[in-house]
Amino acid sequence: MTDVDKEKDSRKIKSVGKMKEIMTAYYIDAKTAEQTGKKVAWITSGGPVEPLIAMDVIPVYPENYGAMIGASKMGGDLCQKAEELGYSGDLCSYARADIVCSMIDGGPIGGLPKPDMLICCNNICGTVLKWYEIQARYYNVPLFIFDTPFCHTEYADESRRYVRKQIDEYTNFLENACKKKFDHDRIKEVGRLSVEGQELWQEVLDTAMNRPSPMTCFDAFFHLALIVTLRGTQIAVDYYQSLLEEMKQRVADGISAIPNERYRLLWDNLPIWYRVKWMSEKFAAHDACLVADTYTSAWCGQLKYMDGDNFLDSMAEAYTRIYLNIGVDEMIKIVLEVVDKYDVDGFVIHSNRSCKPYSLGQYDIQRAVQKEKGIPSVMIESHMIDERSFSESQSETRIDAFMEMIKQKG
Amino acid sequence: MITAGIDIGSITAKAAVLEDGRILGSKVAFTGYNARQAGKNVFEDLLRELDMDASSIEKTVSTGYGRNSVKFADKAMTEIICHGAGAYYLNPEVRSIIDVGGQDSKVLTIDSDGRVKDFAMNDKCAAGTGRFLEVMARALESDLDDFGDLSLKSDKPSKISSICTVFAESEVISLISKGKSREDIIAGIHESVASRISSMARRVGVKEPVMMTGGVAKNIGVVRALEKALGVSIEVSEFAQVNGAVGAAIMAMRL
Repeated sequence: MTDVDKEKDSRKIKSVGKMKEIMTAYYIDAKTAEQTGKKVAWITSGGPVEPLIAMDVIPVYPENYGAMIGASKMGGDLCQKAEELGYSGDLCSYARADIVCSMIDGGPIGGLPKPDMLICCNNICGTVLKWYEIQARYYNVPLFIFDTPFCHTEYADESRRYVRKQIDEYTNFLENACKKKFDHDRIKEVGRLSVEGQELWQEVLDTAMNRPSPMTCFDAFFHLALIVTLRGTQIAVDYYQSLLEEMKQRVADGISAIPNERYRLLWDNLPIWYRVKWMSEKFAAHDACLVADTYTSAWCGQLKYMDGDNFLDSMAEAYTRIYLNIGVDEMIKIVLEVVDKYDVDGFVIHSNRSCKPYSLGQYDIQRAVQKEKGIPSVMIESHMIDERSFSESQSETRIDAFMEMIKQKG
Repeated sequence: MITAGIDIGSITAKAAVLEDGRILGSKVAFTGYNARQAGKNVFEDLLRELDMDASSIEKTVSTGYGRNSVKFADKAMTEIICHGAGAYYLNPEVRSIIDVGGQDSKVLTIDSDGRVKDFAMNDKCAAGTGRFLEVMARALESDLDDFGDLSLKSDKPSKISSICTVFAESEVISLISKGKSREDIIAGIHESVASRISSMARRVGVKEPVMMTGGVAKNIGVVRALEKALGVSIEVSEFAQVNGAVGAAIMAMRL
């Protein structure tokens, strides 16, 4: 091992191995559900998963799978196939790739296990409605749509009643699909575990407030998988407990995520999955650590609305008020808070052509951050998994110029 | 202190040599296929013209999209910082710079110390750049150097609605077949370039005085169309095309 390798090795997050084991076991469970007599539900990333866990249904996330497609650089080919089928290139690339994987029975890990039901929550976008309708027709399985009205500023009483009512419809749907009674005691336990898991995830992200930070948002993109897929389980709680301990230990031992952290940055939007390594190395070469992001915090940002003792009621509000379902003014407030909390020197904005709801309003957010905090920002136009849309030299010039600006500022 | 700046753009390579902040000379050549060779050639040609030896250059900074291919440079910096430095050198009062080169267009603002405050660049599309104008010149069988003067003769610029170079070309061909005058079509082309750049400029926030740099700044038609679109007057230096290289040489003084 060379000195450079040793140096790199000393910075590696040890929990990565454990995480991979858990995700492998999770996908094996899901892929063998038919043999073990368990049911599989496909669910959107922002969907209320806890009732599924309470009913022993294995939740599977096409969006997590989308990230896997992106990271394995299969997005371009799959999106192209979707275009050949007639899906416009302007549509969400997760949707396009997922639909194609179903049709060709392919993609990473040989495709996702077939669903017994679909749970679609539109708190993240409107595309999911059509995406899940297509899949419901394709697999001929029941679809439950959990409709969360947009919260421009507040959660109105009408919304509260409307969303709460759907939770009962949701549990009824599950009772019919699973042919068993909904376990109201179990959901309390699952709810408690969900809140605990989210609190721990928030604490993990908060360790990046340290200087130097023990982790980057690129690490968070990876470790996020469990709070998405196994939220509400003891597995997720245990994992984040151990990850948190590791992060605290790294802080105590002075192990930083990048060798020389001089600048601290905030990332907005989904990762560019096929370029995570390139991006992290690019910024690290500028001594810049991306200490926070608006994406991974979406799975713990609504904790203030959640009540472990009254989970089902509080869940309605928490799932409705997620980052992508609120007005730009509210988003601005959150971003400004994050800038202060993690004490960042610059703002990196991924204008993601694949995710319109996330990218709409970014110019306003950018302006607000510049005006209120006076920090430089940069916008990188790209695509979360369709690598055909990434231009390395253009992205590089923007990043280099942005870092030169920050360095000039001193 | 003698410094050099090399700016490798997508169409042309530029070099500038400065002595204690005074421009000794500059040169422009086509980049061609081999960006590395282009940087070397333009630099050597300039040195020959100035009757100087490479050893007399103390520091060199490279910039432009081919900046990392200039192996003899002491440092590579982006064209954003270099255009800011170049414009500030040419006129320290300047606060906004519109740079339109071969395949990209950018707008940047600088503060009273010449530091870049903000910038925006064109998206992954060559519409509104030098390459766009080249394509149009070909479609119109005109010399690009005449574009500026021809467009100023127009009193009724054609409407080029497309924001895509390829589609705009077919639009131009259809305008030709409709019998529109060359002057009007060219003026329309300039307006379409200006409209694209001005929205980017407004996003960053235009602060006067405004300077235009890059090869397209030589086209008076685009400059006038931009002035009209933005409602400001725009200054263009004789060093507009080599501004990036001049800025790079300025940055080299600080190494």
